[in-house]
Amino acid sequence: MLGKIATPVLAVCVFLGLWELLVWANGWPNYKMASPSDLPPAFWKYRELFFTMGWQTLWRTVAGLMLAVVFGTLIGMIIGFSRLARDALYPLLIGFNAIPKATLVPVISLIFIGQHDFNTVLMAFMISFFPIAVSVGIGLSTLEPEYRDILRALGASRFTIFRKIALPKTLPEFFGALKVSATLAFIGTNLVEIVSPHGRGLGALFKSGETNGDYPLMFAVLIALAFLGIVLYYAVIFLERIFAGWAEREGG
Amino acid sequence: MSHAYKTKGGLLPVLDGLEVAVPEGTFAAVVGPSGCGKSTLTKLVAGLMKPDTGEVWLHGERVTAPRKTVGMAFQNPVLLEWRSILENVILPLEIVAPKMPRARRVARAMELLEMVGLVGFENKRPSELSGGMRQRASLCRSLVHKPEVLILDEPFGALDAFTREDLWQTMRDLRRAEPFTAVLITHDLRESVFLGDQVIVLSGRPARTQYVMDVDLPEDRTLDVLFTPQAAGMLHTLRDQIKIAQGRGGKDH
Repeated sequence: MLGKIATPVLAVCVFLGLWELLVWANGWPNYKMASPSDLPPAFWKYRELFFTMGWQTLWRTVAGLMLAVVFGTLIGMIIGFSRLARDALYPLLIGFNAIPKATLVPVISLIFIGQHDFNTVLMAFMISFFPIAVSVGIGLSTLEPEYRDILRALGASRFTIFRKIALPKTLPEFFGALKVSATLAFIGTNLVEIVSPHGRGLGALFKSGETNGDYPLMFAVLIALAFLGIVLYYAVIFLERIFAGWAEREGG
Repeated sequence: MSHAYKTKGGLLPVLDGLEVAVPEGTFAAVVGPSGCGKSTLTKLVAGLMKPDTGEVWLHGERVTAPRKTVGMAFQNPVLLEWRSILENVILPLEIVAPKMPRARRVARAMELLEMVGLVGFENKRPSELSGGMRQRASLCRSLVHKPEVLILDEPFGALDAFTREDLWQTMRDLRRAEPFTAVLITHDLRESVFLGDQVIVLSGRPARTQYVMDVDLPEDRTLDVLFTPQAAGMLHTLRDQIKIAQGRGGKDH
């Protein structure tokens, strides 16, 4: 247990040490690259902003992610159960996912003018539902027929089979996708926060650091984002342990 | 009855004028060449598919849809990894008898687990059990709701020879304790003779009933019965029939 916490903490310390060394050895000024020792003052100076902006970013990301879970699971169920829907929806889904989301920022901000919260949540959702939809779809469509037959032979309804067998059996794939989606959702949130004029959240804080030439602040924001990403990732792992812990093998 | 699958190359007849009758309470073993339509037969009996022509009757009722009085076990034990062995065995009761009190479900499941020697493993996950134990649990699940008809699609096919023989004996004991009519699909002639009251040989695809043998061995069989001249004679006859079914005919090579 100690090793489980000590190992990653040590790894982070080594990383910060190497970073400090790199900046120091090259004699870079902090407008070229800030060093870890520049960060604590930056965090302290803007501590209130970090809390309020960090909260903005976090809740909008989580809201977008939750939408992605609901919508992605729904799409996954549709393409998992119906061949026709699969053939029809796959090109649309892949096409939509292939569009760089940055190009959608001006589009949605024109459709929903001034709805900054809504736009941000929407972007986090749009960028993160795809992995969930695909993996739930694959999980359901590759369910071995015998699994269905053991209940179907007793006259169980399709919904019962889904609830008792297909859904729990897909959970490991679902959580695998959710880990990818959680980090993607942050990208979506920040995209809107950075690009929108008068945005809020950590992305906007980054932007203001850039505008004011406050380079340590920019790096501090990146670290804060990384931190939030890690927190959300471990939250997903926590849920996975509860709902799909059975899929984990001992040892290894 | 007859049945054909619709494939890209047109209709693929798998069963053609197949007639099988299994008297209530007896054990029928169905053997035949690979791919002759044995698994299709199980799906028709279970009501998972409808025959193109002909009818399936179980206990005086025509089968048109799945029914609660059927139990199934396959070569793959298909246990649910997220449930304990006990919860896996209980699963059919959740569908068939949703109002049955939990204590009675557990009692019934434990009764079966005891018969197959899995007491002490009821709280384990399927992944913690050996292949033979998983298949035992799967048999318990197929019987937990006291089905009239038990359909076994090569349940011992993937096990090693010794484990398989153990499970034959388990199956024999279950039969003594539980009143069901059984249809066993198998590739193993010794298995068919040891467990069956009659052995039905199907022809190559499309399958017809080629040969029916009444197994004239004592009710209470031990594995030793397979080494008697009587059993040897039956196995010989069955082997010849399988060769004919494969289209290779009579004489030994």
